[in-house]
Amino acid sequence: MNKNKEQLLNKRYKAEQRFRLYGLSAIFMALLFLIIFIFKIFSTGYSAFQKTWLIVPVTFDAELMMLDQNPSKEDLQDADYYDIALKSMADLDPNANEDQENELKRMVSYFFEKEIKNELLNDPNLIGKTKEVYLTASDDLDQVFKGNYPRDLPEDQRRVSDYQLKIFDQLVANGKVESKFNISFFTNADSREAELAGIASSFMGSIFSILVCLMIAFPVAVLAAIYLEEFAPKNRFTDFIEVNINNLAAVPSIVFGLLGLGVLLAIFHLPRSTPLVGGITLSLMTLPTIIIAARASLKAVPPSIREAALAMGASRMQTTMHHTVPLSMPGTLSGTIIGLAQALGETAPLILIGMVAFVNTIPGSPMDPAASLPVQIYIWAESAERGFVEKVSACIMVLLGFLIIMNLFAQIIRHKFEKKWS
Amino acid sequence: MNLILFTFIVLLGFTSYYFGRKKAYTIQSTKKRLTALPQFYGYYLAIWCAIPAFIIFSLWAIFEPTIVKLLILSDYSNQGYLDDELNLLYEKSKALSRGQFTGEITPFIEASAEKYLSLRSIAQSSKVVIVLSAIIASVAYAYKRISSNSRTREPVEKFLNAVLFTASLAAILTTVGIVFSLIFQTIDFFKVIPLFDFVFGTHWYPAKAFVRDSSEALDPTMYSDTFGAVPIFAGTFFIAFIAMCVAIPIGLMSGIYLAEYASTKVRQYAKPLIEILAGIPTVVYGFFAALTVGPFLKELGTSMGLEVSAESALAAGGVMGIMIIPFISSLSDDVITSVPQSLRDGSYAMGATKSETIKRVIFPAALPGIVGSILLGVSRAIGETMIVVMASGLAANLTLNPLESTSTITAQIVVILIGDQAFGDPKTQAAFALGMSLFLVTLCLNIVALRVVKKYREKYE
Repeated sequence: MNKNKEQLLNKRYKAEQRFRLYGLSAIFMALLFLIIFIFKIFSTGYSAFQKTWLIVPVTFDAELMMLDQNPSKEDLQDADYYDIALKSMADLDPNANEDQENELKRMVSYFFEKEIKNELLNDPNLIGKTKEVYLTASDDLDQVFKGNYPRDLPEDQRRVSDYQLKIFDQLVANGKVESKFNISFFTNADSREAELAGIASSFMGSIFSILVCLMIAFPVAVLAAIYLEEFAPKNRFTDFIEVNINNLAAVPSIVFGLLGLGVLLAIFHLPRSTPLVGGITLSLMTLPTIIIAARASLKAVPPSIREAALAMGASRMQTTMHHTVPLSMPGTLSGTIIGLAQALGETAPLILIGMVAFVNTIPGSPMDPAASLPVQIYIWAESAERGFVEKVSACIMVLLGFLIIMNLFAQIIRHKFEKKWS
Repeated sequence: MNLILFTFIVLLGFTSYYFGRKKAYTIQSTKKRLTALPQFYGYYLAIWCAIPAFIIFSLWAIFEPTIVKLLILSDYSNQGYLDDELNLLYEKSKALSRGQFTGEITPFIEASAEKYLSLRSIAQSSKVVIVLSAIIASVAYAYKRISSNSRTREPVEKFLNAVLFTASLAAILTTVGIVFSLIFQTIDFFKVIPLFDFVFGTHWYPAKAFVRDSSEALDPTMYSDTFGAVPIFAGTFFIAFIAMCVAIPIGLMSGIYLAEYASTKVRQYAKPLIEILAGIPTVVYGFFAALTVGPFLKELGTSMGLEVSAESALAAGGVMGIMIIPFISSLSDDVITSVPQSLRDGSYAMGATKSETIKRVIFPAALPGIVGSILLGVSRAIGETMIVVMASGLAANLTLNPLESTSTITAQIVVILIGDQAFGDPKTQAAFALGMSLFLVTLCLNIVALRVVKKYREKYE
């Protein structure tokens, strides 16, 4: 009998340990996902911050460029660079036939003509001389150099031919291939060519949308929160507003996209694909988040503050505006930043209002068509070219960097400026 | 132009504030008592400046385009044009006046374009004149009116209260806007496609509904068997189900562990770390699912002799589940922590172990709150878009095999509406009808979940 009891007790203790283990392993699994996730993004993305250059000797032959003697600045602008560019690529292999010359040309980006032109514009004395010029390698060779390209595939399944690989390997052996920090990733707009594509256009699009969102959502949400928390009578109508706000906070984001499409574009005829429309749509989405945060921080201001102000003869409006609202600001601001961080990562509503259009110029105002960082991730992720995979990861790293900074900022505001009432 | 006018009005507002305050000081210097602080006199005048400006600006914004259009189209009124043609003419002349017109320029359109420009400039200058004179008149009137015993604080505060109230209507307006934008398209859609076919049809193939010529009459038979939403609804709930299979056990167990077992130190670090998962943008999850999880599952399946689609429901649902873990863990953590300590103490006093207490006492007590958090998670899974668009298929298969690809409501909305949309086309309207059903389903889930959580909170407060 006694033995039975002991067995039972042991069983119960074992069950206790098992249960505890389940809980612990659940947490470990959640954290494991997070680690795998971040590791995967970083390991595929870090290489996008490097860019491969081919160092090619270019002879600035005045005749081929159709230049006279002593050309002026305008002449240099209008000169024909295509022939010397083509020739310098073809000269990489003196024995190349016509097809092979074409392949040689495709080893660099189609921007190579312009890169050679810039070289000459920087130093007009180069005419008639030969100089080694840095040319952007094509995205496939870029991947080859970074070791991401399956070289052992049969040739007809690769976009890089055996011939190109042979020449490329020679260049590598001669030290004529170099990898440098990829500035153009941050300064270029989107492009169909992976080696030239950058995030500047989508970055500006994101900034403009977030600014529009902030300018609309913040004032409206703070005013609404002040009304609901400080002035609203307790009746059915205010209850209805509350239910509305709570529901809006949980409506799927794509529905806001349909709202933007059906109302802002179809009825108000605002310009499609612009950060203006994107910002308005996002502001409707962020509104409930900010209202809820602002109300919570207004609620946290102790009643004694209000009572003291009222006792000194301040009106209710003065009490609110001079005392309650300033004291609640740190909480409101950190809630706003968190809401904006959510809006910054939002993709689906922006796709619906047309911010997926291919934009290869950097927008200068909220009225210009643009993409945004998350949409850029989507666009690149859908593109088949191998070179875009690392770009997507790099873009994700930039986006996550911004989100982390914003959240840290929100934390700092909360901890530094919020008064603790006890 | 409008910007200059706007800046000017703002400046006028500041000036009137200054004058109002100055008048208050003058009154004060004659040893009379003021009824409010001097700045309220300033605010009072500034409001008298802002209100007429706002009213006139909005009237102009509403009526100017209509009146200009009427005036321009009056030229064509007795030439037997149809309404659509008249609209087209108007749009053409507008485009021409902006220099964006690319079609053939006829003298008629050119004349209207010129007329449009002149009308616009007349409207613009008359607006400036009217706004400025109205502001000056109203400020002058108010300036005259304020004296030592006039009330200024009360009207200013009433005005502020009205502004605050209007701002609080924004939430209602947004809801109205959502319903408004969805309902008309949805009604139009159901005029062509019978509701029965939409709800019970099993073939979803919107690509078949090519863009038709708008002059042709609608032929409903053309769209029969095209917009049956059953595969989509099934796919949506199926993927949400897979997501919840991942999220509920992990989320719930980590919530329980954090609330009952973890030391303050572990809790302090583990909780925010898990919540990072909720802060990652969904497009990033989508990329992860499409690039890593999908191919991984496919390889795993092939090595086991199974046929796995690269865009399987399992990949999308699984990654979505990871995304939902923090929602469930945080909410259930909160719910469990708010169960009163007396219940635990009572159970321990009876000799129950910790896990027995959790399973037999705390879990049943916290169940309504946990159900609420799960419902919120389901609503999120149903409304999630980017993961499905990127990682799951775009063709609507009616299947219950998690290794095949399926599609969801949200993915179909994106597929239909990406690129240019033709309003009035059944295909576009179908997206809005899907949006409507999504909105309704998530609305019901949210209302039920919020109510359950609220009831539960009240019980222990």
